[in-house]
Amino acid sequence: MAVCIAVIAKENYPLYIRSTPTENELKFHYMVHTSLDVVDEKISAMGKALVDQRELYLGLLYPTEDYKVYGYVTNSKVKFVMVVDSSNTALRDNEIRSMFRKLHNSYTDVMCNPFYNPGDRIQSRWALLPVSASSPGGPYFLCPIQSRWALLPVSVSSPGGPYFLCPIQSRWALLLCPIQSRAFDNMVTSMMIQVC
Amino acid sequence: MSPTQWDLPVELCCRPMAFVTLTGLDVVYNAVHRAVWDAFCANRRADRVPISFKVLPGDHEYPKCRPKRTSYEWYIPKGILKTGWMNKHLNLVPALVVVFYELDWDEPQWKEKQSECATRVEIVRQSLQGRNTKVAVVLIQKKTPLPPGEDVIASERAAALCNACELSGKSLFVLPHTDHLVGYIIRLENAFYEHAQTYYYTEIRRVKSHKEFLNKTTHQLLFVRHQFKIAFFSELKQDTQNALKNYRTAYNLVHELRAHETNILEIKTMAGFINYKICRLCFQHNTPLDAIAQFRKHIDLCKKKIGSAELSFEHAAWMSKQFQAFGDLFDEAIKLGLTAIQTQNPGFYYQQAAYYAQERKQLAKSLCNHEASIMYPNPDPLETQTGVLDFYGQRSWRQGILSFDLSDPEKEKVGVLAIQLKERNVAHSEIIITLLSNAVAQFKKYKCPRMKSHLMVQMGEEYYYAKDYTKALKLLDYVMCDYRSEGWWTLLTSILTTALKCSYLMAQLKDYITYSLELLGRASTLKDDQKSRIEKNLINVLMNESPDPEPDCDIFAVKTAQKLWADRISLAGSNIFTIGVQDFVPFVQCKAKFHAPSFHVDVPVEFDIYLKADCPHPIRFSKLCVSFNNQEYNQFCVIEEASKANEVLENPTQGKMCLVPGKTRKLLFKFVAKTEDVGKKIEITSVDLALGNETGRCVVLNWQGGGGDAASSQEALQAARSFKRRPKLPDNEVHWDSIIIQASTMIISRVPNISVHLRHEPPALTNEMYCLVVTVQSHEKTQIRDVKLTAGLKPGQDANLTQKTHVTLHGTELCDESYPALLTDIPVGDLHPGEQLEKMLYVRCGTVGSRMFLVYVSYLINITAEEKEIVCKCHKDETVTIETVFPFDVAVKFVSTKFEHLERVYADIPFLLMTDLLSASPWALTVVSSELQLAPSMTTVDQLESQVDNVVLQTGESASECFCLRCPSLGNVEGGVATGHYIISWKRTSAMENIPVIRTVITLPHVIVENIPLHVNADLPSFGRVRESLPVKYHLQNKTDFVQDVEISVEPSDAFMFSGLKQVQAISCGVYVDTKLRPRDGELYLWFL
Repeated sequence: MAVCIAVIAKENYPLYIRSTPTENELKFHYMVHTSLDVVDEKISAMGKALVDQRELYLGLLYPTEDYKVYGYVTNSKVKFVMVVDSSNTALRDNEIRSMFRKLHNSYTDVMCNPFYNPGDRIQSRWALLPVSASSPGGPYFLCPIQSRWALLPVSVSSPGGPYFLCPIQSRWALLLCPIQSRAFDNMVTSMMIQVC
Repeated sequence: MSPTQWDLPVELCCRPMAFVTLTGLDVVYNAVHRAVWDAFCANRRADRVPISFKVLPGDHEYPKCRPKRTSYEWYIPKGILKTGWMNKHLNLVPALVVVFYELDWDEPQWKEKQSECATRVEIVRQSLQGRNTKVAVVLIQKKTPLPPGEDVIASERAAALCNACELSGKSLFVLPHTDHLVGYIIRLENAFYEHAQTYYYTEIRRVKSHKEFLNKTTHQLLFVRHQFKIAFFSELKQDTQNALKNYRTAYNLVHELRAHETNILEIKTMAGFINYKICRLCFQHNTPLDAIAQFRKHIDLCKKKIGSAELSFEHAAWMSKQFQAFGDLFDEAIKLGLTAIQTQNPGFYYQQAAYYAQERKQLAKSLCNHEASIMYPNPDPLETQTGVLDFYGQRSWRQGILSFDLSDPEKEKVGVLAIQLKERNVAHSEIIITLLSNAVAQFKKYKCPRMKSHLMVQMGEEYYYAKDYTKALKLLDYVMCDYRSEGWWTLLTSILTTALKCSYLMAQLKDYITYSLELLGRASTLKDDQKSRIEKNLINVLMNESPDPEPDCDIFAVKTAQKLWADRISLAGSNIFTIGVQDFVPFVQCKAKFHAPSFHVDVPVEFDIYLKADCPHPIRFSKLCVSFNNQEYNQFCVIEEASKANEVLENPTQGKMCLVPGKTRKLLFKFVAKTEDVGKKIEITSVDLALGNETGRCVVLNWQGGGGDAASSQEALQAARSFKRRPKLPDNEVHWDSIIIQASTMIISRVPNISVHLRHEPPALTNEMYCLVVTVQSHEKTQIRDVKLTAGLKPGQDANLTQKTHVTLHGTELCDESYPALLTDIPVGDLHPGEQLEKMLYVRCGTVGSRMFLVYVSYLINITAEEKEIVCKCHKDETVTIETVFPFDVAVKFVSTKFEHLERVYADIPFLLMTDLLSASPWALTVVSSELQLAPSMTTVDQLESQVDNVVLQTGESASECFCLRCPSLGNVEGGVATGHYIISWKRTSAMENIPVIRTVITLPHVIVENIPLHVNADLPSFGRVRESLPVKYHLQNKTDFVQDVEISVEPSDAFMFSGLKQVQAISCGVYVDTKLRPRDGELYLWFL
């Protein structure tokens, strides 16, 4: 579906950027970056509109020969940019809109994560930690103890610092970073995989 | 640049105009003819009809017309459009030939002239045989013609001339050579224009008439050709609507042609031509969206028609040209008033053209990499007999062959080889850069700064490929900061990598070092192995050696570069580079932090410099110096670590100046501030960190202020927002993010070690010499010198207070206006440890209210700080608020001699003035004396002696005095008569002997004096005895100037009833005195018992 998805901070630096043909990553980075010209222009044009009347979806930003670039801006001026292959005619405005909405929801989840510091680049490095599903009462996620949330029950000492085991079923699991950044990553992946 | 095969032909790009030739004009030798010709050519503005004129001799040979084909049955076309066709109809075959001939109606030799004219027409006709070209005759006449119908000869002769020349009357014109030449010419050319339009109309009809003979199998090419011709003639006829319609049909027909590898180029070429015409007309009709839609359709249709794989670069070149041509058309339309927008402007088309040009370059690189031994084929297969192709878009070695099979594969091979070898010589980079710079200019106009930067990066990279490293660096360096400031590190890294290559290949030391520093830094997204390599190269450069070449560089360029680097080494010159870091993100970070926002001058100023390296290997710096706004301190803040050049990477963990990646290094600095900097700010203006040493090369990283580079402000913001708990670190380590730069501190004076006490008895009384005792005691360990006292009214209060407050050290004399409100810098000498001194101050406050008084004691003391003797100036101040009150209230009243209250007094009648002094002071007051100073209008009845001398009044007590006064008659004075002043001299009872007495003057109230006509004064004894007669004297006085009748009746009171004395009773009852009282006289004595 999408060949490149990017989340851009209010200050216009990339929070998250991923493209499917990884060999030409740079091209997509440039494409996303240049599309900010149009985003900026559109935001300044709608600046005077009332907040609740504001349309978050910016529509097609600009067409290139091979790709279409779409934009979306949240109320806090975080931008989502999606690059779609021009040949893909199945994606109409409505599909793009709903993809952006999904992305926005997922991003909101990331923001709700107490481990995530707004403005940091979204990385799912914790998601790479092993999942120990075999333990009794499992599956568990392992997550380095970094914040006060870590005051919750069990801690294990293993290489890489003390970890904190958390059952997936519990509400807390939803708040934990690994799961969420990964969820975001997964969601983006799913949006991209559908092309192939 | 000379036109290449891909450029669109000029005749296609111009605006077609009706072609009219003028014959019989001798523009060189004949002035009249010259004027006529000039009138035709000069000032051809938009309001004139679109005709292109040409002067030709009368016997000019026009292109021969081929014999008309009667049947198309056996005719097989050899191509779509002949290369010469457009030019032929634009510039060679006229729509109208005009024969100019000088002939007046009254010409005497009319017959001869008429036949000469007919011959001229005939010659032209001969030359145009077979064509529909019109012929017209213009008679140049010297005389102004008469109105039509009046000149009989003229109409006769005109008819005769028409007949002789076989012209219709509409084709004969008269041009009088008079004043209004231009007007006549304009009328003429309008007539010519009509003829031309008729001509093109018939041409269109003629081409259309061929249509019915065509069949779809063999004449497909002709369908396109005819349609194109119709459209082109319509354009010549200025019928752009129909032209557009026909071009559109032609465009569809072109794509219906059977395409094969052999003719795909021809099809694309024609499609490109027709597309160009359509877009051009759409823009002309002000329908830019149609133009864009057509162009998109065109590109979509042609994108995949690559043709021969061996010549695929040709397709890219053609595509590039399509975009470029459309961009040019778009830009031209904008210049004529079209408005473009940010997302739809010519820039996008130039950009796409550049992409295709890049693709062309890539393809050419892979397809044309023949060995040097392969020679260009001889004979040249690209040469044709005429030097040009017969049909657009065909191959020169097989022109006119329509078969899809290659009849001569060998010839084909040679041809392809020739094209490939030619492509090798094309300056691709030049084309790409031109297109990119076109696009940059457009995007700049349509507010796309990032797009512009991106294109400039591409231009830079293209210059790099073209080996123009200077220009490449210039461009890349220019845009780098845009990516840096927005934090697009991946893109920045990519640009830096190219820039590093450029600087390596040019052996630009400073640039090479700068880019290396940044590529090693935290903004770089390079992998560690790359960083290691760059770090190693950087160290090499610092040791005055050549770095290893950058990967993926051109081998020949590397060889040149190595030579350059070798030269650099042998050139021992200035090898110190100072690099300001505020504009980029180097691999060392620096933060300076003073320990406190202020320091006392007697304690050393302390601050830390924190350093952190982000490079992969530990690195040793040679020197660190800190500069301050006061440069005197610079010398104290230098760390230098002598090391040999090759030790930069060795013994990594030893030494203060060796940074381990990722670890924060803290360096403590201490110095004693100068006493003259007390009250000033000490600021770190820069931090310099040197890498390498003077024997090799040395890089000085220069941080402005207390550190920080291009990325650190954003990082600091992020760190401030973060609520992440940082993991615990050992005691001597700190988190980099938690360090906040503090680049300045205040130097404040030493804390005084003396005590200042004030002793006084508030409140102050108005006008008194209020005594303030200041006690200063030294608690210092050594003697203090130069103690100075500043005391008085604290500055900055109400200005009126300054006028009404006076301070003196001498209490024995009363202050007056000349005394200041604040005494400054009264020297009071030195004080030994523990010694105490007392100073008395006298303050005189003229008004009531509260005042702030300041007592400020300053002194000098010698102090040893950090083994340095310094003289410190210390000071201590005390403020006190003192209230000023009135010492007493004075009340004054007038009473009669019988102590009755008087509203007014009577002239000449004595009355009493009573003063009442009520002490309001909380302290006892001594009234030294009082004095009554009478106004001239008042006289005293007896001596005015003070009755309250040396009276002491406690709070709330009062002292009263009484004076008997009389006021002579003055007549009626408005507002009363002044009484005088009451002066009280007083002091505090507690005040010392030598304290002067204060005189307080009280102005007595005015009193109303009234004249009365009769004054009765009873002279009564102070007591009477029972049964003794009591002599009562009533004194009546007439105060007027007239005689008054007075009636007196005496009525005794009941008290006298007991006496029983009739006489008295009788008198009292019966005496009735009727008398006359003279003015100012008369006494009546009455006795009562």
